[in-house]
Amino acid sequence: MGGDNVSKLKPEDKKDILSIALRSGCKKMGNHVAWPAHSADNVIPITSCSEKNMYSASDLRKGLKVDIDGEPYIITDFDFSKPGKGQALYRTKMRNMITGNQFTQTYRSHDKFKKADLEERTMQFLYAQGDEYHFMDTVSYDQVALSKEQLGDSQKFLMDNMEVAVLFYAGTRPIAVNLPIFVNLAVTRADPWAKGDTSGTDTKPVTVETGYELQVPPFVEQGDKIQIDTRSGEYITRVKE
Amino acid sequence: MLSPQRLRQRAVFVQQIRAFFQAHDYLEVETPIRLPFSIPEANIRAIQSEGAWLQTSPELCMKLLLAAGNERLFQICRCFRGEEVGRLHLSEFSMLEWYQVGWDYQDLMQSCEAFIRSLLPWALACQESEDSRQLAQASAVKTGDCLQYQNRSLYFPATLWPRLTVEAAFTRYASISLAEALATDRFDECLVVEIEPNLGWAAPVFLMDYPAEFAALSRKKTTDPSVAERFELYIGGIELANGFSELIDPGEQRARFEESLAEMAAQGQKVAAMPERFLTALGAMKETAGIALGLDRLFMLLADLPHIEAAVSLSPPDFLAPHPGLP
Repeated sequence: MGGDNVSKLKPEDKKDILSIALRSGCKKMGNHVAWPAHSADNVIPITSCSEKNMYSASDLRKGLKVDIDGEPYIITDFDFSKPGKGQALYRTKMRNMITGNQFTQTYRSHDKFKKADLEERTMQFLYAQGDEYHFMDTVSYDQVALSKEQLGDSQKFLMDNMEVAVLFYAGTRPIAVNLPIFVNLAVTRADPWAKGDTSGTDTKPVTVETGYELQVPPFVEQGDKIQIDTRSGEYITRVKE
Repeated sequence: MLSPQRLRQRAVFVQQIRAFFQAHDYLEVETPIRLPFSIPEANIRAIQSEGAWLQTSPELCMKLLLAAGNERLFQICRCFRGEEVGRLHLSEFSMLEWYQVGWDYQDLMQSCEAFIRSLLPWALACQESEDSRQLAQASAVKTGDCLQYQNRSLYFPATLWPRLTVEAAFTRYASISLAEALATDRFDECLVVEIEPNLGWAAPVFLMDYPAEFAALSRKKTTDPSVAERFELYIGGIELANGFSELIDPGEQRARFEESLAEMAAQGQKVAAMPERFLTALGAMKETAGIALGLDRLFMLLADLPHIEAAVSLSPPDFLAPHPGLP
């Protein structure tokens, strides 16, 4: 329980403790994050971060990104509850934006959260080397590398020189890549559509230049450029150039 | 925003409620919403209005009227509580309260049963009128005591509804005992997460005998002062009403208020002054039992609506700017 340790204190202790931020020092255990008992040395004084960079429990909502133990988390599920005459409880499910680990936690009104320091920068995809994908900032020419795992599905649509948004955590740490919603890719392999095919299917599989395979309408041929929705990975239309 | 059909259902629902209390000889009253004081309750945030406090419930005003010799009262009014927004919470909501001099919380539970039962014919008709439900309801209409709530059946037996002590509820449903929950400050969480979802499906349940520290404005049990004569009514896992044998000892009430005020001050909350006028009046009050019931939640439940915003004519999202591109 996130807030337990405070409520256990005597009322006269509460005033001091309540004036400081409570979220700190969690330890990861498998897919869960366990909160240690708070002690004097693992609480962060609220004064170390300006109030405008903090959220209180009543700010929590789906999609909010918070910083816990130096890692960014996104809230994937949220529910407010309050038993009659009881305390407000903020039940949240969070996903670690770096590791993907999920955990659920109940917070109370006095709990405070640091805003996750996230920033998107436009970068150009340079090349892949083994499992490392290299990108370059088009303004500063700084280069960064992300792993195949960090790219996730984005990797299926990446072309040399493609401009993407790289998500940075804490200014310097790249954690994810956001592609344009639509990308145009050339079809490198497509079986010719046999007229009179009575198999009843109205799509066929093709492979595009990045190696990604998808279902398209039968009229798409090898060498065509097609538009793909990178959110769903689905075919949108054939593009004339 | 409620559809015209739902708006009509809600109007009839409120008429049915008034009809019940009028038929049972309760006097309907109205009391001020903006007050010079607020009930000192550590977990309820009162909202200020030009120096006055918006009522979080009409309880103090109702007790002023009771102390003045009125014996059987009910009120339907708006209440305001800061920082409460969720599936079951609106910051502004409708409350129904009723009080009877001479009763204790056991009498009140019976009165509660009669009140909810009086609404069942309306609720059945209301659910029947929803086309998609006609099949599901065909059998229920025959038995007369079953409603649907979010695809689950709610039963309202004609016999006495279960009374479950808080301690027994922890033993039955929680992963830890009541004593352990209290010692580790996990009472609220166990209640909400482990206990509440189980309550009030096969029959509405009265969860009763709260630990004395959660007594609020209720009297401690004479035979066991470690618990308060307080209950909450649950239907379909949802807490609907909070009733109790009223505490009428001004000294004990003052001590509890002082404790709450200290706790609120420690939390950094702005607090209203001690409600002195109320404490004086309490000395003139006879033994009484009273109950506060969330009207929006009851409508939500009986009309089978998924959340509280779907149960009120207009809710905060209805005041947001329309989405660009929409008419």
